[in-house]
Amino acid sequence: MAGEGVKLFGMWASPYVLRVIWALKLKGIEYEYIEEDLSNKSPLLLQYNSVYKKVPVLVYGQKPVAESLVIIEFIDEMWKHNPILPEDPYERAMARFWAKFVEEKFIPAIFGTFSKLGEEQEKFMEEAKKNLRILEEGLQGKKFFGGETIGFVDVVGGWIAYWVPVIEEIIGIKIVEEESLPLINKWFKDILDFNIVKESLPPRDKLVALQKVYREMLLGSSA
Amino acid sequence: MGELKLFGNSISFFSIRVEWALKFKGIEYEFIEEDLTNKSPLLLKYNPVHKKIPVLLHNGKPIAESLVILEYIEETWKVNPLLPEDPYEKAKARFWAKFIDEKCLSSVLSVFFSQGEEQEKAVEPALETLKILDEEIKGKKFFGGESMGYLDLVASWISHWLPVFGECSGVNLLSAERFPSLYAWSENFNKVDAIKEKLPPREQLVAISARRKSQLAAAENK
Repeated sequence: MAGEGVKLFGMWASPYVLRVIWALKLKGIEYEYIEEDLSNKSPLLLQYNSVYKKVPVLVYGQKPVAESLVIIEFIDEMWKHNPILPEDPYERAMARFWAKFVEEKFIPAIFGTFSKLGEEQEKFMEEAKKNLRILEEGLQGKKFFGGETIGFVDVVGGWIAYWVPVIEEIIGIKIVEEESLPLINKWFKDILDFNIVKESLPPRDKLVALQKVYREMLLGSSA
Repeated sequence: MGELKLFGNSISFFSIRVEWALKFKGIEYEFIEEDLTNKSPLLLKYNPVHKKIPVLLHNGKPIAESLVILEYIEETWKVNPLLPEDPYEKAKARFWAKFIDEKCLSSVLSVFFSQGEEQEKAVEPALETLKILDEEIKGKKFFGGESMGYLDLVASWISHWLPVFGECSGVNLLSAERFPSLYAWSENFNKVDAIKEKLPPREQLVAISARRKSQLAAAENK
């Protein structure tokens, strides 16, 4: 389905960009993808997102939208078929609540397990596990947060299913144990099995290699 | 309409922005003032994840996180809309709300919660975020255009709390000379009827801010 000139400025290893790709694919929207070199950002990107100078940026016609959560809601409102957010205001509020939880609680915790060592790392590890336990409750025994198919929270948080095993491999510590987080584990599997997710994941070996380099940089800079 | 309760605190700007939204839409609600040093069992039951205010309780169903609550109010009561209808304009409002509540607020709090050299270093980044907002509001009466809206409510801590922070920290970030448009906006905002209906108790705000400041100073000097 033609999107009246939809462009997505992104980067292949960014989970934030991946969210937007999933949203576009869920709606079957055709878009032009522009890969950014984050060490040498294009003038267009800097113009379209002058405040943060980051990806993803969605450009619809001439109008740029930045911030992945904002972009997903924009996509959902511009294209009404295959809704990503539920219809009921209370269910929408719950979806937004859990999306915020992933952003504000889980991401800093998982980042800490990746970027820190020793006692500090342990603290972040416990925090990340605690957050996943809480997130598990939000799942309420459903297959996806969106029910039988993926919804807003799955689009916002689903990258975790792919990134956590990568992080575990690099740091050499298991974060998500099947016994302690059975529902999250199942959710991970169902996410990774979902058709549009399967076909859009970044190549694992490339991702691991890049994250390793990134981690060395992070650890080196805090020395 | 159903039963509507708001668990909040009068000096919390996250809480008051929700009250202002309800007042702007003319929605009746019961306000439960929470003692943040001694949170009620009900609050902890309704917001077990964060244990924070504000929490809106509508027909027994709790909603937490002020921005989530604002969107819920907007979608449930269509009178006096707070957000634009156009998806792109809505996206812009949400983008700026994030900027105000994340980038802007954290840089301002860095100034307020620091002293001496650390504080000096924190001022410039805070001023930069306010400059960006000043540019954004230029030529507009409110962030929402001709009448107040969602983004004005999100930015309301700038009009009410920033001057208090300034008084207590001795660093006045929001001055008419530096940010004329943002300053003019705060004057416009303070004149809106719904806002005047409940103003945060300034003396309490000053007292709490001053106490917090001295707590920090004491901790630093240990």
